[in-house]
Amino acid sequence: MKSFKRHLTALAVSAALMPTAAVQAGEVEVLHWWTAGGEARAAAALKKMMEEQGHTWKDFAVAGGGGEAAMTVLKTRAVSGNPPAAAQIKGLDIREWAELGFLTSLDSVADAENWDQLIPPMISDVMKYEGEYVAVPVNVHRVNWLWVNPEVMKDVGVEVPTTLDEFFDVADKLKAEGYIPLAHGGQPWQDATVFDAVALAELGPDDYRKAFVDHDMDVINSAKMEDVFAQFAKVMSYVDDDAAGRDWNTATGMVIRGEAAMQIMGDWAKGEFTAAGLTPGEDYVCAPAPGTTGQFTFNVDSFAMFTLSEEEDIKAQKDLARTILEPEFQTLFNQNKGSIPVRTDMDMSDFDTCAQASMNTFKSSADDGGLVPSFSHGLATTSYIQGQIFDVVTNFVNSNNPDPAKTTDQLAAAIQSAM
Amino acid sequence: MEHTQRRPAGVARASSGLMDGLQRWLPKLVVAPTFLLVGIGIYGYMLWTGVLSFTNSSFLPSYNFVGLEQYAKLMESERWIVASWNLAIFGGLFIGICLLIGVVLAIFLDQRIRQEGAIRTIYLYPMALSMIVTGTVWRWILNPRLGLEKLMHDWGWTSFSFDWLVNSDFAIYTIVMAAVWQASGFVMALFLAGLRGVDSSIIRAARVDGASLPVIYWKIILPSLRPVFFSSVMVLAHIAIKSFDLVMAMTAGGPGYSTDLPAVFMYAHTFTRGQMGLGSASAMLMLGAILALLVPYLYSELREKRHD
Repeated sequence: MKSFKRHLTALAVSAALMPTAAVQAGEVEVLHWWTAGGEARAAAALKKMMEEQGHTWKDFAVAGGGGEAAMTVLKTRAVSGNPPAAAQIKGLDIREWAELGFLTSLDSVADAENWDQLIPPMISDVMKYEGEYVAVPVNVHRVNWLWVNPEVMKDVGVEVPTTLDEFFDVADKLKAEGYIPLAHGGQPWQDATVFDAVALAELGPDDYRKAFVDHDMDVINSAKMEDVFAQFAKVMSYVDDDAAGRDWNTATGMVIRGEAAMQIMGDWAKGEFTAAGLTPGEDYVCAPAPGTTGQFTFNVDSFAMFTLSEEEDIKAQKDLARTILEPEFQTLFNQNKGSIPVRTDMDMSDFDTCAQASMNTFKSSADDGGLVPSFSHGLATTSYIQGQIFDVVTNFVNSNNPDPAKTTDQLAAAIQSAM
Repeated sequence: MEHTQRRPAGVARASSGLMDGLQRWLPKLVVAPTFLLVGIGIYGYMLWTGVLSFTNSSFLPSYNFVGLEQYAKLMESERWIVASWNLAIFGGLFIGICLLIGVVLAIFLDQRIRQEGAIRTIYLYPMALSMIVTGTVWRWILNPRLGLEKLMHDWGWTSFSFDWLVNSDFAIYTIVMAAVWQASGFVMALFLAGLRGVDSSIIRAARVDGASLPVIYWKIILPSLRPVFFSSVMVLAHIAIKSFDLVMAMTAGGPGYSTDLPAVFMYAHTFTRGQMGLGSASAMLMLGAILALLVPYLYSELREKRHD
């Protein structure tokens, strides 16, 4: 009986204390698919930072490549009126969700924290809907990278190519020595990633934007686009015959082992080199994709914020948005993920040389117009048009007698039908 | 006396009325949940998909009706045409080869050979595997750097080349191979059961008349197995039309989209591309294809019943 009373007192005391402890504590539920390796560590860090601010973090991690499974769950939750506070949604999909009225404005945080000054306008435009922030960018990936095994290059006696012509020259020499010049995986998004880089090299940033952001038919259905397809076919001819269906990291493994010399892939490939214990600049080289020096194709991960009803939860959601853009999280997260911070005012001394180079190009290209959104990763166009372009590109790659002129017509027709 | 006799009878009548009622209602009550689930889960959603196919639904359903626009888009889509052709190639070859191998194996096994049980199990076993396993195993076997081609090269036959899996013109045939491997044992089992059911006195009578064994099979036994052919074709046809997991595991629709089947097309557009309207339209066309097979079958079945 005595012990029962003591329990009762304890309960009463804790009940009395509860409200004071929870006065500002909201719950923030975050849908993400950072479930493995460095990404999982980064997510855990964000959780810890939120808990230090007195909020509860409800993890809503749905594993599964590229978040397809997660999006299905999210749709169900959103339609039934019970969305999470934040979900990993990127690119033009943010606008689609906002149009349906699911997203909330973050302008109070954005104004207080001066986001417009911190984030380049090219990127903040993607995060806004009708002039208001509805999503927070987490990181910036550069897509137009060329990953090189310097041992192989030294063995053949060639330099890292900086233009497409140099690339063809180098690739011929590599092929003659029995190396696979270009490591690649024959999956539609990887085909598109290489096409992305070749298109930027051939068209230049202005026409790239016209073609893939504005869908200007004068550029899409032009002789220039035929050249892009012709050059693309030539680049792809240096891929080995067994690439069909290969995963991107298997292709990166071929570069690491020295079977292949180069790979065109975004900077998430760095994670594979790091995991193999290699040092950038020494054991492997990161260079801009041939012909795109000084230009930057960006791919930005972001969290879109959903409209919530509870006052505390909204507070927690705003704190989450602020925390994501704070330098501490930006450094920690991006070091783990291989990308660079989205803020241009960060100290990059703790990052590796590839990330530093990436940041320098990011800043300079933001000023001179060389910064373009990557269509192959959903930053330039809607998922329908992107899907249509993927179909045309991958069909071209896998065709036994690729015809650039015919494919250009197909591309124009495909984009038109999806607009 | 009369009184006492009548009363129990009245009670019995009342309780039997209750029992009758229960007996009438109980089966209906028991199957009601199933019917409800089937009604909503299958026919309800079928209807909903039909409705969505007339809307411009993107990644969430919307009810903005656009008439037959999605169907028109589908007909113009080269990828859909490739997927439909693939289904024709895949379905035709898959059903044809499965039937051929199944019948031949069943006839061989029907010759009262030794260890028949063990052999039958071996042939039937692939059916026990999931399509995902079959697809993965065949992907490894047919991958030029990993499987058959590498094995032949390692054994010294360096000119051997078998790259169908990574060749966009031939990849669809590798899917046929894997599917045939999986399903022909099942067809064999169906025919074996049918063969065992054939009256042996007919065969003996034919023997007496001097017919050779192939002639007996060709002219007498196989024609009498028409119902088995029918049900085999039905089972194989619906496996072919709904094929999804095998393609996803083996090629994921690649190289490019050269091994796309309608089911793969539907999934990609509805769930990953945010074109739910177009995906629904393709689903309705698949339903149409199945109905085109099913309706004549049901019609002939029901007509025969009435005939009896």
